[in-house]
Amino acid sequence: MASGAPLLELEKVSKRFGPVQALDRVDFAVHAGEVVGLVGDNGAGKSTMVKTIAGIHSADEGTIRFDGEEVKIKGPQDATELGIATVYQDLALCDNLDVVDNLFLGHEEVSPGLGRVSRQLDEAKMEHQTGELLSNLAVTIPSLRSEVGTLSGGQRQQVAVARSLLGEPKVVLLDEPTAALGVAQTQQVLQLIRRLRERNLGVVVISHNLADVFEVADRIFVLRLGRAGGEFDAQQTTEEHVVGAITGLGEDNGNSKQRDEGGEPAGEERGEEG
Amino acid sequence: MSETVESAEAQGPGADKGEGGARRETIRRIVQGDLASLRVVIGLALIWAIFQFENDRFLSAENLTNLGLQITAVGLISVGIVYVLLLGEIDLSVGAVSGLAAAVMAVLNVKHGWNPYLAIAAAVLVGCAIGFLQGFLFSRFGVPSFVVTLAGLLAWQGALLQVLGSTGSLNITDPKITGLANTFYSDAVGWIFAVVAIAAYGAVLAIGYKRRRDAGLAAENPTSMIVRFVLVAAVVIAAILVFNSDRGLPLAILILVGFVVGMEYVVKMTRFGRHVFAVGGNAEAARRAGISVNGIRVVVFSIAGTMAAIGGIMAASRLLAVNQNSGGNELLLLAIAGPVIAGTSLFGGRGSVWTALLGALVIGSISNGMDLLALSSAVKFMVTGGVLLLAVLVDAVARQQRQTSGRV
Repeated sequence: MASGAPLLELEKVSKRFGPVQALDRVDFAVHAGEVVGLVGDNGAGKSTMVKTIAGIHSADEGTIRFDGEEVKIKGPQDATELGIATVYQDLALCDNLDVVDNLFLGHEEVSPGLGRVSRQLDEAKMEHQTGELLSNLAVTIPSLRSEVGTLSGGQRQQVAVARSLLGEPKVVLLDEPTAALGVAQTQQVLQLIRRLRERNLGVVVISHNLADVFEVADRIFVLRLGRAGGEFDAQQTTEEHVVGAITGLGEDNGNSKQRDEGGEPAGEERGEEG
Repeated sequence: MSETVESAEAQGPGADKGEGGARRETIRRIVQGDLASLRVVIGLALIWAIFQFENDRFLSAENLTNLGLQITAVGLISVGIVYVLLLGEIDLSVGAVSGLAAAVMAVLNVKHGWNPYLAIAAAVLVGCAIGFLQGFLFSRFGVPSFVVTLAGLLAWQGALLQVLGSTGSLNITDPKITGLANTFYSDAVGWIFAVVAIAAYGAVLAIGYKRRRDAGLAAENPTSMIVRFVLVAAVVIAAILVFNSDRGLPLAILILVGFVVGMEYVVKMTRFGRHVFAVGGNAEAARRAGISVNGIRVVVFSIAGTMAAIGGIMAASRLLAVNQNSGGNELLLLAIAGPVIAGTSLFGGRGSVWTALLGALVIGSISNGMDLLALSSAVKFMVTGGVLLLAVLVDAVARQQRQTSGRV
């Protein structure tokens, strides 16, 4: 499945915040129809990397290739246009609006004819499309007209993921999609991630929860202190190996780059944007 | 997305669940007070019953027509306030703006001999410009809207005194302007209006029903649609009956209802309105969805200023004068209290323009009824304050319930 040319490829990408080297010559790739788990300790550079791909930060050095072509991602708009969708941890949903409203927020369908003058909403069309999309993804929600604030955490996560698919992206970045979810809800979200893979999307899942990552990812990519800390085939490795790579204590996994840099872990700007 | 799949959507457990869920959703809305208007309508009926019991002139055609005229100005101002409340903001300047706009109109028309329509247009523009300025200051510099508009409240009151000059009061005699609040249509015109309004409402319902059917969606239950249609038709017919047995359908009511319907359409059915709700619900989410949050804010405050000016013009037309008290007294508080009493949340993201009319009716009825009973202003203020407090409490409790029961 991870064969052929990668959909998204980072080559020697670096990012500094003042004295802090948040990303240091990182190589990373996602293929179509592949789920990559992006793991690492707090401050390892996960968020910085996602934000660099999503266009919130721009890379200082290195090249990003999308569909084999070198691209410059200067803002979130660029990323979206390329076909990179990001679902941040806070989901950015409006609790007072219903599922359909949230899905189409900012891209509402406008009625044809006279309604175009006042930009009247085409609710029927939007609801129809929402229904199709959610049932394709087998997302179950009490009603498409439920206010998002009344949904469970898992349902909200699924709505946020579904929304990111409306722009027909090729790569989806999910920031901690299972954080703070119960067991059943986590399963729903993981199931949804598998369905994204079936749709031949490239999926990057950032997570602290190794169990979830092992359950859903094809490949696990470890960031440590802003550098690539190892890459594993999820089928053929164990949690200990990955934990070793995350903490830098694993000696035997072939790519032990655990030179202990002096100084603190590269500080990420958590919470500022995602 | 994929259009090949799911051609037969009405099968499988998903569809069933959707319908049952929709019903539960409706029940939840009623219980949790999202359909607060129902609660308020019952309250209004109670208020009317009490006053009628105390003084049988209360529900007379003449008094009800007067009530309609009394609430026009405050109702129009409330229409703008609803938009501001939906953002979770407040505009304390609308009373002063309404007075200033009326003064601008009166001075231009009376002192400078402007054409009345031009004078009215100038007044509306002044209101719009003030709202724009306040919205800009609030959104660009992040000054709380409370403070910006509080400053505005003082400043525009000063401007009103300045514009009126030494006389302190101006009588309006232009029939074009006084006609706004003092025109009554004949019985026939009233009935034509009723038929057109009812037919239009029926058409809107039917088109909505057909659209959903064509899109293959679960359409609204026809029975509940018919009930709604009959209710609206009954209210329209009753209103026309009342007006016709007094002086006839007032132009002022047409203006008020027209703005309420139009602005309700804008907020509920257009992209702009959806974005207003989004910004009021979660400004950050709206910003990330590509909505110009500051743009929406500036436009909303401009709407509030414009509606305040229109309300002020109607008040001046009814009073036949503009004086130093125009737009003063409790006008501001009543204009904010009305929508809140009728169910528009102070916390943003919930409400409807319809509450401007309903709230104005509630407050107007209390005030009118107490006048009929010859109660003192002391009692009137305390009662109105009590009603407002009650409404805000209900709003706050509903919000708490949403927060505790929100996450399943």
